[in-house]
Amino acid sequence: MTAAAHLPGAETPDGPEIQPRGARRGLTGYVLLLPGGLWLALFFVVPTVVLVATSLYDPSGSLQLGYRMTGHWQNYVDAVRDYSDQILRSLLYALAATGAAILLGYPLAYAIAFKAGRWKNLMLVAVIAPFFTSFLVRTLSWQYLLGDNELIVSALQWLNVLGEGGRLMNTPFAVVTGLTYNFLPFMVLPLYASLEKIDHRLVEAAADLYASPATAFRLVTLRLSMPGLVAGSLLTFIPSAGDYINAQLLGSPNTRMVGNEIQALFGAGDYPTASALSVALMVTIVTMVAIYVRRAGTEDLL
Amino acid sequence: MPTPRHTPVPVRASLDRRAFLRGLSLTGLAVGTTGMLSACGTESQVQDADKCVSEDRSAEEKDLVFSNWPEYIDVDGKKMPTLEGFQKQTGIDVTYNTDINDNNEFFAKVKDQLGGCESIGRDIITLTDWMAARMISLGWIQELDKANIPNVEANLKSSLRAPSWDADRSYSVPWQSGLTGIAYNAKYTKEVGSFEELMTRPDLKGKITLLSELNDTMLFMLLLEGADPEDFTEDQWASAIERLEKYVASGQVRQFTGNDYIRGLNSGNILACEAWSGDVIALQYENPDIKWVAPEEGLSIWSDNMLVPNKATHKTNAESLMNYYYEPEVAATLAAWVNYICPVEGAQQAMEKVDPSLVENPLIFPTEDFLAKTYGFMELDEKTRQKYDRDFARAISG
Repeated sequence: MTAAAHLPGAETPDGPEIQPRGARRGLTGYVLLLPGGLWLALFFVVPTVVLVATSLYDPSGSLQLGYRMTGHWQNYVDAVRDYSDQILRSLLYALAATGAAILLGYPLAYAIAFKAGRWKNLMLVAVIAPFFTSFLVRTLSWQYLLGDNELIVSALQWLNVLGEGGRLMNTPFAVVTGLTYNFLPFMVLPLYASLEKIDHRLVEAAADLYASPATAFRLVTLRLSMPGLVAGSLLTFIPSAGDYINAQLLGSPNTRMVGNEIQALFGAGDYPTASALSVALMVTIVTMVAIYVRRAGTEDLL
Repeated sequence: MPTPRHTPVPVRASLDRRAFLRGLSLTGLAVGTTGMLSACGTESQVQDADKCVSEDRSAEEKDLVFSNWPEYIDVDGKKMPTLEGFQKQTGIDVTYNTDINDNNEFFAKVKDQLGGCESIGRDIITLTDWMAARMISLGWIQELDKANIPNVEANLKSSLRAPSWDADRSYSVPWQSGLTGIAYNAKYTKEVGSFEELMTRPDLKGKITLLSELNDTMLFMLLLEGADPEDFTEDQWASAIERLEKYVASGQVRQFTGNDYIRGLNSGNILACEAWSGDVIALQYENPDIKWVAPEEGLSIWSDNMLVPNKATHKTNAESLMNYYYEPEVAATLAAWVNYICPVEGAQQAMEKVDPSLVENPLIFPTEDFLAKTYGFMELDEKTRQKYDRDFARAISG
């Protein structure tokens, strides 16, 4: 009850005498909302509305003639029909990158949280350190690592994993690798945060109740780290699906993602189709995320 | 006193914060969106000099902002000799940016400002013919005062004096011209002499790149179709696009790139590619295995042009710079470094003093014979360009 009364704007059953105080507190809440709200209005709501509007322009317009707002919803049909391959490919690559990031990131976060001891801070810094250099430079260095005449490819050819003349650069593998690499820290950090909070005595209690280490992990550690896992996979999946840098620098014409197409369409001056494709991508991702969050039972995150 | 259930509860109690905010934002969104959507739609972005008046403050401010492509000016260590010469001669302080990497990309960056008659904070921008033509036709470029550029009047090569899109060069001054042909890495592959070979040789499969610039790549596709890139029909265009799609589907083309083909070619990831002459010649100084060839089918020729955008406040300073770069000695120094075709008459003689080994270089000072094999690209109106851009974008996306 007391907790509820302290919430600004919560109903106060004691009536008028507390009312003014409550109202003032309520006001504080709104004032605090103001800067963030204004920011969102200016840099999220307005651009989104403009984007949606542009997606409904008459596609026969041009910069010289101007674009007329005709509510031409067929732009969506055309965009999704023409670029369905790239949309599917983007979602697939983003899923693959998220999967790979979980496989790599979970053990890493687990090790940092429970096994690193005094190396913990150093390891955390190592996870974040790549952010100190530019995203582009790091992606470009993968061009070198995966190059046709470099160590990795030569070694794989020697092992007969890759055939003669086989390559890694400009393949789907290179694009997914780039995505995984670039977004891995976004998986590790939330996972670490939720693993770190787990009371280790709960795992001991599970063992006392004859749970094998695997069962204890599955029923205790994994479940308690779910919020981190969900947050991490969202932070990896969402930017991956819209990314175009990795596909541009590490991919080929046959690995182009929807981000590349949107960029190319804007470049080619086809603003209505580009906007329609952007909105379609946004809606697809929001829908997928909403379903995922519901199924994972972590609505609190939203 | 017990309250009957159906009595409406006081508003304050029923309206919890979350519901209130949700309602508020949804209402706002609904009202705002319909209002804003119907108010949307854009006017024509064409500007004219009477309405979009540009003020010139060159007399008070000895400044100039110059935007150019990367690796497109002479560099000596950290210094830029010709540019410093200009600063010394005129006292004008130049801010030199290399922020133009791609014509379309740069256009997308500035179109909203220029379309709305606002400054883009640059006094000179350097764009390729077709994009310069587009900007001029949109009325986004200031007319030059010929009295301020006597060197350009005197020394501009005759072949460049009257492009169809700016017949008396009132708005544009060429910076450099260049050729598009084929480059290959001789350490990893044998000579590639024609585009036909580049697109079909089995040992090059997945090891070549083409340029993402429509004019360059489609010019060669049209030549392969037997069409004239300077005058082709709708049908010829369609079959050239089909041809490109076929090559992409066959897996021959590894990537479509801008300037960045250089890295792949140097490391051997790319064995051969469509390439710009000056880039490749510059790379040869570091890696002699890189060769540039004029394909059997012909060559693509283009120019990059200096333009003064609307609302740039240092037009007279900009004209001084254009004038300075048309002094033959300065032009020769620049050409010796960038290795592109020099647009300045008299620079060949001046080159004797700068670097005698380059005087006879046909890639800097092409002969008439050499130029006979070059093609420009047909001029396209706004609508056609838009359609072709779309066709091309679809073809290169596999």
